[in-house]
Amino acid sequence: MAYKTVVEDGIDVLVCGAGLGGTGAAFEARYWGKDKKIVIAEKANIDRSGAVAQGLYAINCYMGTRFGENNPEDHVRYARIDLMGMVREDLLFDMARHVDSAVHQFEEWGLPLMRNPKTGAYQREGRWQIMIHGESYKPIVAEAAKKSADKVFNRVCVTHLLMDESKENRVAGAVGFNVRTGDYHVFKSKTVVVAAGGASNIFKPRSVGEGAGRVWYAPWSSGSAYGLMIGAGAKMTQMENRIVLARFKDGYGPVGAYFLHLKTYTQNGLGEEYESKWFPALEEMVGKRYLDVEASHRTHRPIPTCLRNHAFINEVNAGRGPIHMVTMEAFQDPHLEEIGWHNFLGMTVGQAVLWAATDVDPKYENPELTTSEPYVMGSHATGCGAWCSGPEDLSPPEYFWGYNRMTTVEGLFGAGDAVGGTPHAFSSGSFTEGRLAAKAACKYIDDGKAAGIRVSDEQINRRKEEIYKPMEHYKIYRNEITAGSVNPNYINPRQGLDRLQKLMDEYCGGVTVSYMTNEKLLHIGLKKLKTLEEDLEKVAAENVHELLRAWELKHRHLTSEAVMHHTLFRKETRWPGYYYRGDAMKVDDENWHVLTVSRRDPKTGEYTMEKAPCYHLIDDKPEAKAA
Amino acid sequence: MPTFVYMTRCDGCGQCVDICPSDIMHIDPKVRRAYNIEPNMCWECYSCVKACPHNAIDVRGYADFSPLGHSVRVRRDEEKGVIAWRIIFRNGEKDMNLLAPITTKPWGKHIPQLADQPAPSKEMRDSQLLFNEPKYIRFDEGALNTLKSNGLKMVSGAEGY
Repeated sequence: MAYKTVVEDGIDVLVCGAGLGGTGAAFEARYWGKDKKIVIAEKANIDRSGAVAQGLYAINCYMGTRFGENNPEDHVRYARIDLMGMVREDLLFDMARHVDSAVHQFEEWGLPLMRNPKTGAYQREGRWQIMIHGESYKPIVAEAAKKSADKVFNRVCVTHLLMDESKENRVAGAVGFNVRTGDYHVFKSKTVVVAAGGASNIFKPRSVGEGAGRVWYAPWSSGSAYGLMIGAGAKMTQMENRIVLARFKDGYGPVGAYFLHLKTYTQNGLGEEYESKWFPALEEMVGKRYLDVEASHRTHRPIPTCLRNHAFINEVNAGRGPIHMVTMEAFQDPHLEEIGWHNFLGMTVGQAVLWAATDVDPKYENPELTTSEPYVMGSHATGCGAWCSGPEDLSPPEYFWGYNRMTTVEGLFGAGDAVGGTPHAFSSGSFTEGRLAAKAACKYIDDGKAAGIRVSDEQINRRKEEIYKPMEHYKIYRNEITAGSVNPNYINPRQGLDRLQKLMDEYCGGVTVSYMTNEKLLHIGLKKLKTLEEDLEKVAAENVHELLRAWELKHRHLTSEAVMHHTLFRKETRWPGYYYRGDAMKVDDENWHVLTVSRRDPKTGEYTMEKAPCYHLIDDKPEAKAA
Repeated sequence: MPTFVYMTRCDGCGQCVDICPSDIMHIDPKVRRAYNIEPNMCWECYSCVKACPHNAIDVRGYADFSPLGHSVRVRRDEEKGVIAWRIIFRNGEKDMNLLAPITTKPWGKHIPQLADQPAPSKEMRDSQLLFNEPKYIRFDEGALNTLKSNGLKMVSGAEGY
């Protein structure tokens, strides 16, 4: 293949994927590494890349300690409750204690944060959310990243990490290709911050055609955060913890502002409140520790997202759908009506398009809701990602190995979706994690940990061959057939994606099976994933754009395999409403109040699974505090 | 679908190609104008619509659930710092104009150049602080929160939940 090889050498901090996490990393790295070479590789254009490309109407993670609103530990408890206990509280506390400083800088840069005219504090949507006019959130933070970075490589899709050949298990950079020119890009770097995205489109979507693009999480979120790190042999955690979203039907428009600010609420097809009637049985299933209806009522303790999904799913399956969002009351107020529409235009324009197309005016009609297909990510109400070290002043020994946000591969750091066990980071928290990772990466270099890295031409050439194989394959076999897409020697990326989505759906708890799976199904699923892996060696790409899709598919496949293994390992139903293990339908705290950790051996592809202790933050001296 | 491009307005400048996060706005080699090559990978994020200098790109809702005959148009102005939307329903009964700010400052002028900042001290490097901290956390004299400062400890297992 006649593509050029472009080598960028002597990089100190390489940022792979520049959404909110990556822009945070690139921005901050400059402060700690004045003379360091900071480079961004991003498969799109950083002005509009990542999950925040189209904007946001809220920043969902802001403490407001400045206004006396919350302390970091309050947010840790909230995330812990929402995720049924399965979180990394050291990382969460660390993110929460820094996140406000990021938000305050955003405001200084020009991001319009709304203020409460009475208090002067930021306009709260809920306890953790503040409202913004965030159409240009991404271009604004991208400016900050551009000012700090030495070079930004837009349109370079990173496919693999480079590994050091002088020291086992140490990162040495990354490789990829330009999705426009086709050129092969080699980045030799002392450290890498993987800030790529989580995964949409690995479970079969509810949509059947074009609407497959209107996934809840961006269609370009191809699980590359996981694909890259799993491929390099980094340990992963909580990959079973996929998320299902209750959202406006088809458009997947956000409901946060509707529930919290507009005070809309849900009811079933008969116009009844339905959630509470599912709670007694659910209390049995998960235990009083996780759902105590009476206590929730008394103390306003939030009901975990997954459990509210559970009530929704069961009500629909009982034949009392559809579930409606009652908007007709709130929307009589013209101010609230406007907010309702702005909320979509600021972050999910497609929902506004859909309501305009179907003449749904929420002022006169209560719109339908649905539960989505599952998504694998780590910054919303879910915590998939790499097993990372915490900061030294917070982390217990099992969670600490030297550098904040460093994975189990030396020199390889994570931020945003890439870091496991840190749900509810959202945009601001992901940016903050990027900053933390960047500081730690600079320290790692300054400590001399990156000395003597060696990358052979053999490794670079091997990866090059591997990357372009789908195009070679196409060239060789295309002319065996007359025309069309049916070929006995290859599948194209779309065909492979369809197969992946179907098997993940049917064997790993997607929508068509009401999120249900069990050990037998998972074993079959794993087998099918293995044969798909073999066929992905024969995936064919007609052009460079299809090559991008081929590599996104390979990253999605690696992600899916981890999800399947983790789901098999955790023999309980920890998050009813996200998925169900039909053969273990209860929460089992005796055996499973632990975090799940996996490693895929890059040489053999074999998985090993282990349990890691789950630590919680508690008051040091509760008696003294009470007094 | 998503996005589509009006033949008579597009001049093939490629701004949409440059910005599309999904890499699906490409130039057709025959007509030398942009088009959406992969509608089922389009998020209707409007990045290309906003970037088009000729208002040549529009969105027709996803065919599998959106009836024809609606319109959501947008104009984004970095100079003025605003974005203007117009939503027209299929039945024509609702026609809304909505305006929102996109920035409060002249574009890109208030973002610091960190290379020009004074270098952090060794003490700062060895601490848990990030750039602009602790000041920017609360705008008071306080220090960064720690387990000790907040009277917390870590315990393993369900009992600590």
